[in-house]
Amino acid sequence: MARNILLKNIDKAYGSINALDSVTLEVETGQIVALLGMNGSGKTSLLKIIAGLEEPSRGSIFLNSKKMTSHELRQIATLVFQKTVMFSTSVYGNVKFGLAIRGICKKDAERKMSDALNLVGLAEFKTRRARGLSGGEQQRIALARAFVLQPEILLLDEPTANLDPANAVILENAVRKIREKDACTIMLATHNLHQAKRLSDRIVHVHYGRIIADASPQDFFSHPSNETTRRFIAGELQF
Amino acid sequence: MLETFVEAFRQAMELILKGDPEVISVTVRSLHVSGLATLMACAWGLPLAFVLGISSFPGKRVIRGVFNALLGVPTVALGLILYLTLSKSGPLGLFHLLYTPFGMSIGQSILITPIVVSFTSNAVESIDLDLRDLARTLGASNLQTSFAVLREAKSGVLLAIVASFNRSVAELGIAMMIGGNIRYVTRLLTTAIALETARGETALSISLAIILMTIVFSISIIINVLRRS
Repeated sequence: MARNILLKNIDKAYGSINALDSVTLEVETGQIVALLGMNGSGKTSLLKIIAGLEEPSRGSIFLNSKKMTSHELRQIATLVFQKTVMFSTSVYGNVKFGLAIRGICKKDAERKMSDALNLVGLAEFKTRRARGLSGGEQQRIALARAFVLQPEILLLDEPTANLDPANAVILENAVRKIREKDACTIMLATHNLHQAKRLSDRIVHVHYGRIIADASPQDFFSHPSNETTRRFIAGELQF
Repeated sequence: MLETFVEAFRQAMELILKGDPEVISVTVRSLHVSGLATLMACAWGLPLAFVLGISSFPGKRVIRGVFNALLGVPTVALGLILYLTLSKSGPLGLFHLLYTPFGMSIGQSILITPIVVSFTSNAVESIDLDLRDLARTLGASNLQTSFAVLREAKSGVLLAIVASFNRSVAELGIAMMIGGNIRYVTRLLTTAIALETARGETALSISLAIILMTIVFSISIIINVLRRS
C-alpha cells in the first residue's frame, strides 16, 4: 500500500526570519523528489522538519492521513547531513549505531551492515576508524548508516556537495539502488541541476521558503512554470 | 648532604619493600579517602557538567565562571571553612564528621568538584553539535543521545576524573584541618609526609613521598594509555 507523506502549511521561523512559509507538499512512496533552491531558501529546514529534528512553527506532517509527531518522524525518517559527521569509532560502530538503538539482534545486524556497506562499496572498510577516511568515503558511510535502518523516508541534504566526481557517481548509484531495493521515499536537497535531473522523479523549487514550482524533471527544465524558476535554471539567480 | 639523602632514600626503599605497617596504613587510607572523594564529586559533578556543556540557558556563563574561579581555591582556606562548618558548634556539627575519613572525603570532594565540572563541561561543549542531531536522526532518544555525546567526550571526562583524583590525593590543607592527622585514623600520605619531615624522620617521609608520586604518575600513565587506545 502506498504510504503518502503530506506536509501541510508548514511554517518555520528562526526569530524574525521566516525560513519556510506555508509549505504544502505531498509525496508518494518510492518517489525521489529533488528540492532545488538557492542557499538559504529553506531546503535544509524542510528536511530537518521532515526528519523530526526540528518542530515547525506552524503546520503538520501526515503519513497516510495520520498526523505525525517529531518523535514518530524520527522513527521512520533518517537524514544524511551535508556536513559529514562521524562518531569517533570504527566504520562498523558508526553503521551499527542505529541498529543497536533499535535492539536488532547481532545476526540480523551483521547481515544488514554487510548489505549497506556493500551498497556503498566500502565493505572492506569495516574495521577502519571512520574519521580517518576521506570526505567522500565518510559521506558514503553516512549513507550506509542511514540506509541500514531501512527508513521509510530517506532525506539527503546536498550529499555530493563536497565530493569529487568519482565519489559523487558512486553515491548517486547507491541512491538509485536504495530506491530499487527498498522502494523508500527519497527527498534530496541539491544545488546540482544535473543531479536533480539524473536522479529524481520530481523536482520541487524552493524559493525564500515557498514552493514556487513542482514538476517532473522534463517539464521543470523544458517548461518552467514561472519566471523565477526559469531564471534559476538559466543560472541568473545567485546561489 | 648527598650521602644523607642517599641513605634516607635507601631506608625509604627498605620501608616500602618490607611493607612497613605505617606506610601501608596511610597509603591505603589515602587511596580510600581520595577515591571516595572522586566518586562523590563525579556523582554530582558529571551530570551538572553535562547540562552545562550541552544546553544553553540564562546564567550559564555565570555558573561556569564560578566553577572556573573555584579551580584555584586555596585548600587551607576551604579546610578552615569546612572545619568551622563541621565542628561541634558549626551548622553540620551534629553529624560528627570532623576528624573522620568520611569527613575528609566530603571536604576533598568539594575541593575537586570544580575540576570535574569545568573539565567535563569543556569536553562536552567541544563535541560537534551535529553529533546530537546525528544520534537523533538515527533513532536515539534524548537519554541515548546524551550518552552518545558523553561517549564522544570520554577522553575529556577521563582527564577530569584523573585530575580530580590527583588533586585530591595530593592536597594537604583539608586533610590536615578536617582529619587532624590522627595516627591510624585520619593520617594520609600528605599529612604523614608533613609530620615525619617536621619530626626529622626523613627516610619515612621520603618513602611516603615516593609512594604518593608513584600513585599520581601511575594513574596518569594508565589513563593516557586508555585515552589513546
